[in-house]
Amino acid sequence: MAEYKLVKFTLNGKQVETMVDVRASLTDMLRNDYRMTSVKKGCEVGECGACNVLIDGECFNSCIYLAIWADGKNIRTVEGLLSEDGELSDIQQAFIDESAVQCGFCTPGFIMTAVEILESGRDYSDEELRKLLSGHLCRCTGYENIFRAVRKTLDKRLGKTV
Amino acid sequence: MYDIKALYEAKSVEDAVRLRVEHKDAEILAGGSDVLVQIREGRRAGKELISIYALDEIRGVTLADNGDIYIGSLTSFSHITKDPIIQKYINVLGEAVDMVGGPQIRNIGTIGGNTCNGVTSADSASTLFAWDALVELTGQSGKRVIPISDFYIKAGTVDIKEDEIQTHIIIPKKNYDGYVGHYIKYAMRNAMDIATTGCSVNVKLSADKKTFEDVRIAYGVAGPIPMRAKSAEAFIKGKAVTSDNIEEFSKTVLNDVTPRDSWRASKAFRQHLATELAKRAITKCVELAGGELDG
Ligand code: FES
Ligand code: FES
Repeated sequence: MAEYKLVKFTLNGKQVETMVDVRASLTDMLRNDYRMTSVKKGCEVGECGACNVLIDGECFNSCIYLAIWADGKNIRTVEGLLSEDGELSDIQQAFIDESAVQCGFCTPGFIMTAVEILESGRDYSDEELRKLLSGHLCRCTGYENIFRAVRKTLDKRLGKTV
Repeated sequence: MYDIKALYEAKSVEDAVRLRVEHKDAEILAGGSDVLVQIREGRRAGKELISIYALDEIRGVTLADNGDIYIGSLTSFSHITKDPIIQKYINVLGEAVDMVGGPQIRNIGTIGGNTCNGVTSADSASTLFAWDALVELTGQSGKRVIPISDFYIKAGTVDIKEDEIQTHIIIPKKNYDGYVGHYIKYAMRNAMDIATTGCSVNVKLSADKKTFEDVRIAYGVAGPIPMRAKSAEAFIKGKAVTSDNIEEFSKTVLNDVTPRDSWRASKAFRQHLATELAKRAITKCVELAGGELDG
């Protein structure tokens, strides 16, 4: 028998609340209740990072996170990166410019990890950056273009000449 | 949707204890990076769960007045790695848990969950064994503190009573004061992999840095549960800091470790790893402690 619970949280800057099945994953809730379809269902066992979202500024695989744990949290997805006039953010544009997107299934997850990296406000070596990106699988691009998109955006934000 | 029979959310440690007593068949859910995955795989499907994830009171690292380090059981791996107290006194633990899974797993995975699984390959386990960590459990009659070596009973089984949850992991000051530590994980991949063997070494040198005053060495995956290589420790204690002694020490570990053949690695390979990792880890510790080999 299904049991429901009220959860209130911030989604991409907006206060929201919903009654959610206690058995739902955060992926289920974000996709079904809020149509946040950037949150992908890949492996659903925490291996691929396709479902990655930011919770209170840190990256989490939403497929292995209970929806009810979202209560009181600040959650961000790729949908929240778009500016009001519909422009892409710098990191999204960099993914396009570097051809870091092929089928695109891994892209939203990678981008949210990149957002956490960029917002930390500090620099990382290439090796550190690779480690920070290692929680994502991409079956298309071979990773180099993704790495370059993040590297270039980071360098730009830090005012380094590329 | 997860295949969960019922979910009870604990509001406090006290509440969790009450739920444990009320629902004898329910399993404890911390960060869920193991339990929720096993539900998906069907291995733990259809169970009742008690979620303790919201209990902020057992999250975070604190330094007690007497210098003992208290790590709340729900502290995530990434928070352990970033914590200033850990970095200052037992940095090796932060380094060890920084090798678990990938970044997202280190944000959800908790040190309590990692130890309560009772798996020998847990990256935190060998390092906690090396520090002689204590485990604090809270139940109906209050708190109980036991050595981590007693907490692990056998593969997959730990000493948690029916009414208890694990609340803290404690590293007493006497166990870290004056020591340095180093952990080496040997795995096939750099990320998202389980250790083939993990080796953690703590070293305390004499004031003139010429003698091993104390050495502790622990392994994950060398046996069914994490373990210390006691005869190797006994051999090296009080010995001079020389490469000959280190060589002998690393051979002596084979009196203690009992690896098995598995699809990840053969027994012979694991024995070779045990010896080699012991040598490298203790050599690194000597360097960290400011000692010199054969100097
Ligand atoms: S779908 Fe969540 S990690 Fe793969
Ligand atoms: S672009 Fe297809 S999986 Fe990454």
